[in-house]
Amino acid sequence: MINQRKDHNIKAYILLFIVFAVLLTLLDLKYIGDEYVRRVLNLAAIYTIVSVSMNLVNGFTGLFSLGQAGFMAIGAYTVAIFTVPLESRASIFYVVPQNPALAGIHIPFPAALLLGGLLAALVAILIGIPVLRLKSDYLAIATLGFSEIIRIVFTNAKTITNGALGIKSIPKMPTMWVFFGVMILSVAFIVFLINSSYGRAFKAIREDAVAAEAMGINLFKHKVMSFAIGAFFAGIGGGLFASLLGTVDPKQFYFTMTYNFLLMIVLGGMGSISGTVIASFIVTIGLEVLRFFDNPLTLFGVTIPIFRAGFRMVIFSALLMILVLFFRNGLLGQKELSWGMVRDWFGRLRRYKR
Amino acid sequence: MSVLKADNIVMQFGGVTAVNDLNIEVEKGKIVALIGPNGAGKTTAFNVITGVYQPTKGSVYFNGEKITGLSPDKITNKGIARTFQNIRLFKNLTVLDNILIANHLHVKSNFLSYTTRMPWSRKEEKSMRSKSEMLLEKLGLLSLKNEIAHSLPYGEQRKLEIARALATDAKLLLLDEPAAGMNPSETMQLSGFIHTIRDEFELTIFMIEHHMDLVMEISDKIYVLDFGQLIAQGTADEVKNNKRVIEAYLGVEEDA
Repeated sequence: MINQRKDHNIKAYILLFIVFAVLLTLLDLKYIGDEYVRRVLNLAAIYTIVSVSMNLVNGFTGLFSLGQAGFMAIGAYTVAIFTVPLESRASIFYVVPQNPALAGIHIPFPAALLLGGLLAALVAILIGIPVLRLKSDYLAIATLGFSEIIRIVFTNAKTITNGALGIKSIPKMPTMWVFFGVMILSVAFIVFLINSSYGRAFKAIREDAVAAEAMGINLFKHKVMSFAIGAFFAGIGGGLFASLLGTVDPKQFYFTMTYNFLLMIVLGGMGSISGTVIASFIVTIGLEVLRFFDNPLTLFGVTIPIFRAGFRMVIFSALLMILVLFFRNGLLGQKELSWGMVRDWFGRLRRYKR
Repeated sequence: MSVLKADNIVMQFGGVTAVNDLNIEVEKGKIVALIGPNGAGKTTAFNVITGVYQPTKGSVYFNGEKITGLSPDKITNKGIARTFQNIRLFKNLTVLDNILIANHLHVKSNFLSYTTRMPWSRKEEKSMRSKSEMLLEKLGLLSLKNEIAHSLPYGEQRKLEIARALATDAKLLLLDEPAAGMNPSETMQLSGFIHTIRDEFELTIFMIEHHMDLVMEISDKIYVLDFGQLIAQGTADEVKNNKRVIEAYLGVEEDA
């Protein structure tokens, strides 16, 4: 009976993947959708990677970290610095020449992406050693500060990052499969990690750090591990972000970016991977759909005064407030989306129709 | 040789001396109790032994090895596990997960091979699971393995906390008021339970308890603490008739 259901579920997953793959290929080959749709979906895939990695740290290990934008910046700049074609370097670094040690180095995109993730993880370990001794809100402030420091360093390290001018002409990826492929691999890795003994140790720390330590779990080691893995995937997300936009500059990694990810994991449910994936797509697409709030609106000849640039973020913040007031557990809480749950929903719908 | 030895432990918090010059010896295979009125410093003594506090003076030895200065997780790795006065389970996780987490300290594969489900890690996970289920079966908790820990009845939660401590493969078990909040019949069951696990897992047990019936019935040796000072030690009968113990519990008459 249980085995039968398991087979059934595997078939359903395969079917779901085939539908997904066909849709993505159609999009990719430009049979359906336009450039704008493709771009938004790619962005959603990238944001999914970063928010899921943030959920590993915040939702599963119980560390309130707000450094995600900083780790993304490290990944993004690594890809930017090393993948820009050598011949266009001089025209990018036209104010201050690029550091000669970096000027001659070009690495292929996959290696640069991996390097970006590893550098982010390395920085996370260095930052984590002093900072992870802090708890809850103190940790949040420290990591937020770190993320700002990264941004300011990148603004001023002109020979490496080209300062506030940013780096342009980053080669773009020809296919959506790059973004979605890395997303699937990253999410799968984190799901497997959470269901491993290490993942259980992370959850134990979230539930009760004193008891976890009394059960022989080295708190410090596991916190640093979770923090570094989270940073690694944020770095990967940042690298993809750079190659999607084709340009990076420090302003993109303002701390408000971290709040977007915070919104995604709160909306999806702290401690739910499937919830975070769904929420990442809702929020990313929502941010685009809500863009009409940013444009002046004229109804029946009357120009509505509050519709102007930035109003979108007001709506968004209001949504966040409603969310924490009324749906504190988000879409899924600590549960994962399962076929049983989907069946229940459909069952309820059917009963409702009758 | 004694399994646990506390040597002239002094624990001060600012100007307050919570434990003063405490000497304790727990012998292998014995059930030893630490009793005393509220605020006597019993839990502080436990916290010093398990590394939560670093003592102001003195040392703790486990099987002859000095363990003072080690962090709580290192001490658990040496083979001392504890329970807490107010239950500290991983509340939102299942009973089985609670036990599996206590097995984590024995994990040999690193996180990469565990996450990528390498064959040796799969094997490790499998043996960890069967070991945990066997432990739950021995303690009569197997039917509850998929329940969320906080949904269990109070008595079962206490039992699960002891099971979790056992899952670390500890040789010395420290129980902080295992019978707190239990009614007399549950307390009697607990007494049987403690005896059973002592024999089954070849444990040494050191416990803090307030239920005198339980303490007198199962302890091989009793230490009495009052205002951080050790005021008596010995068998149940010796302690029961000790004048200072009676005074500590009942108070001294002014004109006596």
